[in-house]
Amino acid sequence: MREEAHLVVEDVRKLYGEVVALDGVSLAVGATDYVVLLGPSGSGKTTLLSVIGGFAFPSAGRITIAGKDVTALGPAVRPTTTVFQDYALFPHMTVAGNVGFGLRIRGVAGTEQRRRVGAALEMVGLTGFDRRGIHELSGGQRQRVALARALVVEPQILLLDEPLGALDLNLRRQMQDELLDLQRRTGRSFVHVTHDQEEAMALASLIVVMNKGRIEDLGPPQRVYARPATRFAATFMGESTQFEGRVAERASGQCLLVETPVGHLPVTGNLEAGSQVTIILRPENIRAEAGGEIALGEARVREAVFQGAHYRVLASRQSPAQDFVLRLPPQAVIEPGMALKLSCAAGDLVLLQR
Amino acid sequence: MIGRLRWPGAGTALGALYMALCYGFIFLPVIVLVLFSFQSGDLPAPPFNGPSLRWYQAAFADGRLVDGFTNSLLVGGSSSALSVLLGFFAAYGIARYEFPLKRAIQAIVILPLAVSYLLIGMGLLVSASWLGFSPSLSTVVIGHVVVNMPLAFVICLAQLGEHQRRVEAAARDLGASTFRVLFSITAPMIAPALIAAFCLCFTLSWDETLIALLNTRFDVTLPVVILSLLRGGVSPLTNAAGSFIFLCSILLMVVVELLLLRQRR
Repeated sequence: MREEAHLVVEDVRKLYGEVVALDGVSLAVGATDYVVLLGPSGSGKTTLLSVIGGFAFPSAGRITIAGKDVTALGPAVRPTTTVFQDYALFPHMTVAGNVGFGLRIRGVAGTEQRRRVGAALEMVGLTGFDRRGIHELSGGQRQRVALARALVVEPQILLLDEPLGALDLNLRRQMQDELLDLQRRTGRSFVHVTHDQEEAMALASLIVVMNKGRIEDLGPPQRVYARPATRFAATFMGESTQFEGRVAERASGQCLLVETPVGHLPVTGNLEAGSQVTIILRPENIRAEAGGEIALGEARVREAVFQGAHYRVLASRQSPAQDFVLRLPPQAVIEPGMALKLSCAAGDLVLLQR
Repeated sequence: MIGRLRWPGAGTALGALYMALCYGFIFLPVIVLVLFSFQSGDLPAPPFNGPSLRWYQAAFADGRLVDGFTNSLLVGGSSSALSVLLGFFAAYGIARYEFPLKRAIQAIVILPLAVSYLLIGMGLLVSASWLGFSPSLSTVVIGHVVVNMPLAFVICLAQLGEHQRRVEAAARDLGASTFRVLFSITAPMIAPALIAAFCLCFTLSWDETLIALLNTRFDVTLPVVILSLLRGGVSPLTNAAGSFIFLCSILLMVVVELLLLRQRR
């Protein structure tokens, strides 16, 4: 699936005084990837975006775009443009003035400039807004102007810094679809920063989960969600049941038997017997019936929250104690205190080293 | 409580009286000055007979006053433009860059605000003669830039916040050079503050007397002309000239208030 790397970040470190904002980050991105940098605040995702955009210079490491070393170049001469969190539109210019700014800087003349501004506005669905002032626009429209302004100069990489943060939920969903569509139509690589894992999964062809200035996991969203590489990535990408355990024995080849509060669980992995491990299991992979491949024993429902498409159920058992989180269909009849027999498929258990 | 209720409004009345006295003290001389500029007699003193525009006509026909007016316009315009330009650059540098001794440099930029005009005027006179320049309007312009640039600097600095920084970053990101960012993004964005700073500097330069008096010889500014007229005795002519200066200042201050207040809203 990986095409040839277009944007390469090599072992980038960024220090702000004593504070380590980026601690050895490496990343390779294809020319048409939609990359989402996902992490909590302070994880370094925005710093990484500024380092790629040239707004901050790395303390160590190298950045290349299309084979060219851009580490020391300022934002003006990088083949990247940015959509800022608060859009940072030019308040004293019209919509057309904003969108045409980059073209004027590049010396694109009158008719050609007007044609490209018109095309860019059409692309973001703002045809006819040329003469409007920035203050007359709604949040969503400003967002589109910011997109058009950044895309009209045909950057090789578009950087987006939490672009949907200020929009309400419906508009955010709509803009997500439009962003994906724009990315496909322009055939450029987008690098998008967010702390919202749903947004990340909806948009990304490559998710980069960050924490404390490091990359915790990196891969297609399906893989990162289903088989996260670290415990942090597992919890940040969504809820899961976690079984703490110890490798009891190595069975044949890659198959391990792990001793957990719910018994011995078979998982694939390559660890020595005695290693401390965590096994995680996504809620939708737990079945509330005994017939599954692997029995997880019986648990009592502590809480069942109706969430529209499903019930989110918290269940637990005593001695040895184990909590479960699972999803049940909305038509299920669930009451706190009910006993559930739980099971799962062997392939859904994910082994994480502790 | 009860004691206070016995004469309700007594405190308010006292307060009002106090306020009236204060404002009377401040504005009575101004009112008298303006009133007797419309005097038709020869003395700016009671009894008032008029109103008449006789002394205004005389003022506009007086060569010294008209020359003084033109010189004041020149000095005010050029010193204010320079003050705003330099103040804007200094504010941009302080707001946008990190460098050693930044705080010390900022303090030095603001320092002239605290130095007396007499000291600045005399210092300028001494330096000019030491460097071999004869006192002239250009020296006055320099003096006014020295005292007004800190004001322009402070006004500009207050406007260069985080939001402006991000907008500037966006312009840079689209390929703009620092020069381009300054003139096509930053300056237009804070234009109301720049105009207000210009008007404020102009007002201060317009009726600044001490530096102008010390550093001019033949070409003099309007306040200096009025001062020399006063030496020859009081006349409604000086009242008319003074009232005219006052009117100009008031108009400019109204512009400043409108621009800066609209910004705050």
